[in-house]
Amino acid sequence: MTPAEIYQRDRQWHPPTYAPDYKTSVARSPRNALLSLQGSMSELTGPTFGQDDIDPLDNDLIRNYAQSGDPIGERIIVHGRVLDENARPVPNTLVEIWQANAGGRYRHKKDSYLAPIDPNFGGCGRTLTDADGHYVFRTVKPGAYPWRNWVNNWRPAHIHVSVFGTAFAQRLITQMYFEGDPLIAKCPIVQTIPDQRAIDQLVAALDLNATVPLDAIAYKFDIVLRGTRSTYFENRPEGN
Amino acid sequence: MAQPLTYLKESPSQTAGPYVHIGLAPGDAGFDIYAQELGRDIAGPNAEGTPITVTGTVTDGTGAPIKDVLIEVWQANAAGVYPGAGEVEPGFRGWGRVVPDFDTGQFRFDTVKPGPVMGRNGRLMAPHLNLWLVARGINVGLSTRMYFGDEEAANAADPVLSLIEQAHRRQTLVAGAEGNHYHFDICLQGDAETVFFDV
Repeated sequence: MTPAEIYQRDRQWHPPTYAPDYKTSVARSPRNALLSLQGSMSELTGPTFGQDDIDPLDNDLIRNYAQSGDPIGERIIVHGRVLDENARPVPNTLVEIWQANAGGRYRHKKDSYLAPIDPNFGGCGRTLTDADGHYVFRTVKPGAYPWRNWVNNWRPAHIHVSVFGTAFAQRLITQMYFEGDPLIAKCPIVQTIPDQRAIDQLVAALDLNATVPLDAIAYKFDIVLRGTRSTYFENRPEGN
Repeated sequence: MAQPLTYLKESPSQTAGPYVHIGLAPGDAGFDIYAQELGRDIAGPNAEGTPITVTGTVTDGTGAPIKDVLIEVWQANAAGVYPGAGEVEPGFRGWGRVVPDFDTGQFRFDTVKPGPVMGRNGRLMAPHLNLWLVARGINVGLSTRMYFGDEEAANAADPVLSLIEQAHRRQTLVAGAEGNHYHFDICLQGDAETVFFDV
């Protein structure tokens, strides 16, 4: 039996492949039209993960790489739900994040920004959503940092997010921004997204109710994956 | 005015950026943090079928290798069964992550050759690997497939390859075969631009 089909991706909601203000996209964007493919087993199935694949501490970036103490920075909780376009929770799906430290420096052998590495901060985490699609991470707020695009571009504070869903065609990587950050409107990567409402969807809201008083401030970030189609009537076989 | 529809919108994609390895393959970023990194073994220890090695390079529109790309592979087992859709060998994940050499841009991974999989309308699909590419400069992950050069008859009957209107472009999805070693270059632009799918 073929698994459920999913709604087509709204390509006008996503950034175009070719977005010349984000210069790296110029040579890395296919020039031919994408070939539209109806889902088969290859697209409608996908990998699954379980608690055996991860450790309980993997979602705590304050602790998961700590050597001699806590990392420097503003302690934050990032939480939310993974939903599909039908607003149904996506349970037991893998959410992975990565980010710069509080100074805007990544722990990566290719990052040479002058802000220092934090010896107590790795910068990645992962977790599985619960039965209601909830996930939670604890981390420090990443810093803004400069990047080479125009002469003087700064990335807004952001956390990279990777999500699976149940079908490989739902696979998604995006970035989470922080409410109130004036750099969001100035960033050529953010601005590859053509619709302001879509940009707003990537801005996590300050969520005072979810803070831990006297300890950590909280942001809420829901992630939406493509929805599953309900099949009321079978397709007429092609060619008939 | 009509009644409003209440669907949510998919979260818009953003580039994985140059440091995708920190999150998805931290060992390649240069540090160990997880007891086990996911995606390092596609087929697992008990996979049946023919072990194969795949090599290749992803190049940009200038012909330069894309050294910071991360590729995800999703495949059926040798019997043509995807994990989750039927019984597979214990430990067969069918999924993995591939990171090229940061100096040369060449990638290499080991797996088993998948079997043919039933496609839509009862048309059998030739053996193939599903690939998903993310990198700096790629705003929405790119989906493509790798078919096998030693499956000429199956490829000729494949319902997806035959959707490609320009017949010469079908070859961009077919890996060169030399025994159990397959070579598959992916070009984001140019005369040999790989066919990418809107899945």
